Amino acid sequence: MTGIDENPLLTVEDLTKWYGRRLGCRDVGFDLYEGEVMAVVGESGSGKSTLLQLLSGQMEPSGGRILYRLRDRSTADIWQMSEPMRRFLFRTDWGYVHQDAQLGLRMGISAGGNVGERLMAVGWRNYAAIRDSAVDWLNRVEIDEARIDDTPRSYSGGMRQRLQIARNLVTAPRLIFMDEPTGGLDVSVQARLLDLLRRLVTDLNIAAIVVTHDLAVARLLSNRIMVMKAGEVIETGLTDQVLDDPCEPYTQLLVSSILPA
Amino acid sequence: MYVAVKGGERAIENAHALLADLRRGDRSVPELTLDQIEQQLALGVDRVMAEGSLYDRELAALAIKQARGDLIEAVFLLRAYRTTLPRFGVSEPMDTGAMAIRRRISAAFKDLPGGQVLGPTFDYTHRLLDHDLARGGEVPEAPTAPSEISSFRSVAELLANGGLIEEEAPGEGEVGDLTREPLSFPANRDVRLQNLARGDEGFLLALAYSTQRGYGRNHPFAGEIRYGEVEVEFFAEEVGFSVPLGAVALTECQSINQFTGSATQAPRFTRGYGLTFGQSERKAMAMALVDRALRARELGEETVAPAQDEEFVLSHSDNVQATGFVEHLKLPHYVDFQSELGLLRKLRAEFHARDAAGQDEAAMQDAAE
Amino acid sequence: MTVPVYNFAYLDEQTKRMIRRAILKAIAIPGYQVPFASREMPMPYGWGTGGVQVTASILGPDDVLKVIDQGSDDTTNAVSIRKFFSKTAGVRTTTATNEATVIQTRHRIPETPLTEHQVLVYQVPIPEPLRFLEPRETETRRMHALSEYGLMHVKLYEDIARHGHIATTYAYPVKVAERYVMDPSPIPKFDNPKLSDCPALQLFGAGREKRIYAIPPYTKVVSLDFEDHPFEPYRHDAQCELCGATDSYLDEVITDDAGSRMFVCSDTDYCEKRRAAMDGGQQATATMGHGP
Repeated sequence: MTGIDENPLLTVEDLTKWYGRRLGCRDVGFDLYEGEVMAVVGESGSGKSTLLQLLSGQMEPSGGRILYRLRDRSTADIWQMSEPMRRFLFRTDWGYVHQDAQLGLRMGISAGGNVGERLMAVGWRNYAAIRDSAVDWLNRVEIDEARIDDTPRSYSGGMRQRLQIARNLVTAPRLIFMDEPTGGLDVSVQARLLDLLRRLVTDLNIAAIVVTHDLAVARLLSNRIMVMKAGEVIETGLTDQVLDDPCEPYTQLLVSSILPA
Repeated sequence: MYVAVKGGERAIENAHALLADLRRGDRSVPELTLDQIEQQLALGVDRVMAEGSLYDRELAALAIKQARGDLIEAVFLLRAYRTTLPRFGVSEPMDTGAMAIRRRISAAFKDLPGGQVLGPTFDYTHRLLDHDLARGGEVPEAPTAPSEISSFRSVAELLANGGLIEEEAPGEGEVGDLTREPLSFPANRDVRLQNLARGDEGFLLALAYSTQRGYGRNHPFAGEIRYGEVEVEFFAEEVGFSVPLGAVALTECQSINQFTGSATQAPRFTRGYGLTFGQSERKAMAMALVDRALRARELGEETVAPAQDEEFVLSHSDNVQATGFVEHLKLPHYVDFQSELGLLRKLRAEFHARDAAGQDEAAMQDAAE
Repeated sequence: MTVPVYNFAYLDEQTKRMIRRAILKAIAIPGYQVPFASREMPMPYGWGTGGVQVTASILGPDDVLKVIDQGSDDTTNAVSIRKFFSKTAGVRTTTATNEATVIQTRHRIPETPLTEHQVLVYQVPIPEPLRFLEPRETETRRMHALSEYGLMHVKLYEDIARHGHIATTYAYPVKVAERYVMDPSPIPKFDNPKLSDCPALQLFGAGREKRIYAIPPYTKVVSLDFEDHPFEPYRHDAQCELCGATDSYLDEVITDDAGSRMFVCSDTDYCEKRRAAMDGGQQATATMGHGP
């Protein structure tokens, strides 16, 4: 087993985004290490979704930079690289889990096709191997492999989300972005999904940035947490520490407004 | 013994002769003259010129006669003819503000400088079939009166003075030319308008209608509709000034749409624009509505409706292309059909084999019990 | 009214030059779709205007032209297009594949192997192989530019998952010179192997969609497939009733109301030549020579 690199996987410096005169987010900076999960929490309008779009290369920032450590150990500035390179990274080294699974899946393609697409995009040419890999991943996300030829249209919300996760993980990405991964799902389905995510992320040593308004999700999934409000970072730190003993008044307010289970 | 069928060439010749015969019809009935078509079916001629993208009433009338009244076939004829014409230049921008008005109305104001000039219109006629028209006979000349006003300022201009409506500034760079460069996306407004100007009236009408019914609503008002003649001017290098080439009849529609503002700009009305040859009012209005819908992207509006989908609208608006491709299904496709038949038979054979194997298994199980 | 005077092969020289420039670009980038300003022609879009414009741009007075549709010289559209060039270019026309210098075709590649002195011009309805998977032009252009062809294989995967076989029987997508994925026009997949390493220049014209593309001579063209579901050309398991050929693509002909059928060569010239050889060469090949 290769030694874990001491250097951060992702380094963000002074990241800023303006929409005309309206602030998206300002001066966000942090390091993310391999296998680390960071939650970004805040209410709507906090800038957390903007931040995720910037970090995942889908929207260009107004200022600041994002440095990513590639597999060959060199560091690249995401917005200095060419668009083809960025798109390639997005399809192989990174994953993106949308809140609405329909955005992250091809609804008219079978589950097997959905999972196999990334493999085919990087040159896999053996049908049986692709199908076996798809079966393997369906098992790992606890979808009955008999459903492999069904399209996600016939899947429940929870199943679609799990399929989306499988589709992202199949190329063994090192960094996953998640946008409210359990949003819109039943409470019991949420619990199961979070459990699955936690196991997968740990087993596969994937780094993740999870945007959520739900502090319970943050607590369950993440090692570190970043609290945002109106585009600014209010507080960061280890998740348990921040949630159990918040420093900032706004964080205290957030934490105290969770109704006890 | 099977003999391969020959004689395709002869069959085509005979088919065309039959067509010409039927086109003429009963020889005891007087033949249509181009004058009759050009004058008494004027709106058909207008439509053929607009979609044929060529202003020549006589040729359009000939096309309609040759096409036996099929207007899209006539448009096709005119377009094919257009291809053979040499282009010697581009006119100066037409000044529709200086139009010799035959008709000018505005729904946005009860009255305005120049007044509401109804002109020749089907509006407010009762749609009752007129049997007098079937019999034919004298039609009295319509009463007219000289106009005191020689120029009619457009409603849009009046609103723009107060800053109430967006200014239409001339774009930067060269004007695109749809007939010289293939359409590519995203398309700028100049090319979009060219595409819509020669687009099928029915298609644009349906799209415009859809916006009014909620598929991308943009709250339109008919700011101004005007019809009349406009001079075409051409800058002649040799003499160093613009010379008039003649006048063409145009219909122009300016729509006033949903107002919008931003952090850096006070809210104001937005615009849609339609322009056609002849008195093609329905087309000009539909074009204005669709033009405005297609501007959704640059106005920062959510694009959710078909009329706002630039690729969809502009790729399917040309009825010559559309009819060509739809009708091409009449061409022989039997070679590809053979391939499909082959695969289908194979799949069916496999299906039946699986089915039979399944039944055999079930039968064996029964026997075993 | 001015009576139009037509240039050689109908199009004016300026237009021909524009099309030839597009053709050169296409040859320089095998399989890449070059946009061109397609002109309105006297036949409808969808009926071969792309092929006709390409042919018109490369024809010279010494060329010999063959036009086929579904493999036959006598189908109505082939007759119509051949007449068009007879009238507007006055070139010699022929039904014999080996005598032609330019062959315009719809939906078939001739059975007779082509030579370096020939150009094959295909009529193409939809040039974009990804069109039915992704309707947006902006997106498919990007996919070609970035070689993002995963979606193409997804379609083949879906076919195998659903039918047990790849279900595309014509217009079967190919990869050209290991770079661009291309639609070879609606030729039956039986013809696909002929695309590769062909001595003749192959040009593809799509008039309505306004694209030209090309396969230069001796270029490697591979039909997309999976290792464990390799590409298989398909033909009916029968022989031609007229000439006995077992290696040509066959048309099915229904002979009576009960649905009895027989098979004949789709390529009429190929079939005739074989029959002539069987007759000891007594049947003359039909070569039509039309003057201006």
